[in-house]
Amino acid sequence: MSHTSLTTTPVDAQGAGGGGALPRGRRFGAETVFRGAATAAGSMVLVIIVAIAIFLIVKAIPSLRADHESFFTYQQWFADSSPAKFGIAAIAFGTVLTSALALLMAVPVALGIALCLTHYAHRRVASVLGFFVDLLAAVPSVVFGLWGRDYFYRPVSDFAKWLHDNFGWIPLFGSNGPYGRSILLGSIVLAIMVLPIVTSLSREVFLQTPTQNEEAALALGATKWEMIRTAVLPYGRPGIIAAVMLGLGRALGETIALALTLGAVYNVSFDLLGPGGNTIAANIALKFGEANPTGRSALIASGLVLFAITLVVNMTARAIVYRRREFTGGAA
Amino acid sequence: MAKRIEAVNVSAYYGSFRAIDNITMAIEPKSVTALIGPSGCGKSTFLRSINRMHEVLPGAKVGGQLLIDGQNIYDRDIDVTAVRRMIGMVFQRPNPFPTMSIYENVVAGLRLNGVRKKSLLDAACEKALRGANLWNEVKDRLNRPGAGLSGGQQQRLCIARTIAVEPQVVLMDEPCSALDPISTLAIEDLIAELKNEYTIVIVTHNMQQAARVSDRTGFFSIDKTGEPGRLIEYDDTAKIFTNPSVKRTEDYITGRFG
Ligand SMILES: Nc1ncnc2c1ncn2[C@@H]1O[C@H](COP(=O)(O)OP(=O)(O)OP(=O)(O)O)[C@@H](O)[C@H]1O
Ligand SMILES: [Mg+2]
Repeated sequence: MSHTSLTTTPVDAQGAGGGGALPRGRRFGAETVFRGAATAAGSMVLVIIVAIAIFLIVKAIPSLRADHESFFTYQQWFADSSPAKFGIAAIAFGTVLTSALALLMAVPVALGIALCLTHYAHRRVASVLGFFVDLLAAVPSVVFGLWGRDYFYRPVSDFAKWLHDNFGWIPLFGSNGPYGRSILLGSIVLAIMVLPIVTSLSREVFLQTPTQNEEAALALGATKWEMIRTAVLPYGRPGIIAAVMLGLGRALGETIALALTLGAVYNVSFDLLGPGGNTIAANIALKFGEANPTGRSALIASGLVLFAITLVVNMTARAIVYRRREFTGGAA
Repeated sequence: MAKRIEAVNVSAYYGSFRAIDNITMAIEPKSVTALIGPSGCGKSTFLRSINRMHEVLPGAKVGGQLLIDGQNIYDRDIDVTAVRRMIGMVFQRPNPFPTMSIYENVVAGLRLNGVRKKSLLDAACEKALRGANLWNEVKDRLNRPGAGLSGGQQQRLCIARTIAVEPQVVLMDEPCSALDPISTLAIEDLIAELKNEYTIVIVTHNMQQAARVSDRTGFFSIDKTGEPGRLIEYDDTAKIFTNPSVKRTEDYITGRFG
């Protein structure tokens, strides 16, 4: 820009550097439009959630009225017979138990893989391995279900027998068969399904660790594992929790794979090896097709409970992450 | 408690790029040595090869010998973590562990060394913080996050963390470049005190600072970009700043560089 145009263009006369009056704020500029769009998108989420909740509640009420047993403590599911008798106890328990077991198995392995990918493996190896992990995430859950039901149950049955023979005194492994579709099989399949999610999210989290913190630990004489313990894991904690919670969300809602691999038995039992296990989502999938109106309404009531469980899980996770953030002043 | 450092033909590489070439210099115990030179001439690279932090980067290699009291730290059977414990490092940007309290930051190195006893940790924490001239400012809030301190305080916290493990040598890479003049003076005073116990090597872009704090000064330079950095002149600080023997050194310190 030449010197003359600097003093003569109207833009400069009105701009911040000019001597004229300050320009008025624009009411309908891009800023306003964008703020409106963002707010709308944000409230949309809220609207959807509330709409779903209302739908579930309204549809659930008729069956809850018709229920001849206590919905929260009864374990069986005879929602289509009259009088209707059904309760959430067994399937809610089964949902939580299979998900918890799946996470218990998947999270340590996932964190191990993620650490290996980010800090141990050679770059080339890491990218190939990372690709396979992502590939695992792309396998549809019905494939996992069929694989688990028709093939994978065999090694798992052998494993169940081994567990019973060696650790049968632990009530969890008390069942002496037959071994097949069981909580063990379902939760292992579920673990394999949540593994890629937790792995790739925590890999991203570990990559976020500031290099300067890793170097600070190394410069103090930390070995690689000590460096990971002092710098990587604490820094990544909120992210790891979020990753685990997303995995848990997936596990709680998983439907078809569990419908195919669990025993569809309605009772509250910690027996992991024998025929048993059921979850809210699997129960819905199995029963919805031939349910009568009360039966459908009852299934929707169970869906409402699943919704509530997921909500509680997510809020707990938020609370943990938030408490952490307060301490670090937002650094983590 | 301080060791002599001797670099013999040290070269360092990033992949196939040679960043410094054949550096040979001896650093006396209980002295402050300043490394100066234009940006990109390999000061940080050389500093990081003194405590084997250079090789942390993928593809980075070091050639030559680095003798600490006569022992080559690049010998094959040397334990890297032991080297880094002996030779502490303070980085350019203050880098306290963000998830740890002030106290935890200071004792992090001791914990890595397996010190568990609370009384030992408490004592070491106070000693290190006093040593870093930070004790009075933080003694009432040791359990607050280290990241909540000011930049200058954070840098002194990092110095405390480094000296808490009682190293023999302390390396500092532009420790004041992110700090205000007051904090800078505080750290310079600290360096003068630390000199009584440690061998100190400091990289700085601030000529006055080099002149104020150091006993000896090494001037690094490069011929042109893509060429490796070399040690051009290494002598007593007074000599370098008043009567350098190499023309390039003189040009640099009088601002006629480039
Ligand atoms: N991580 C890296 N990967 C590749 N090359 C690097 C890396 N770090 C530094 N270099 C190169 O090595 C040379 C020396 O860099 P170094 O950081 O040691 O310079 P310096 O003297 O510390 O510079 P400054 O004063 O700007 O900090 C430069 O040419 C730089 O581009
Ligand atoms: Mg540097």
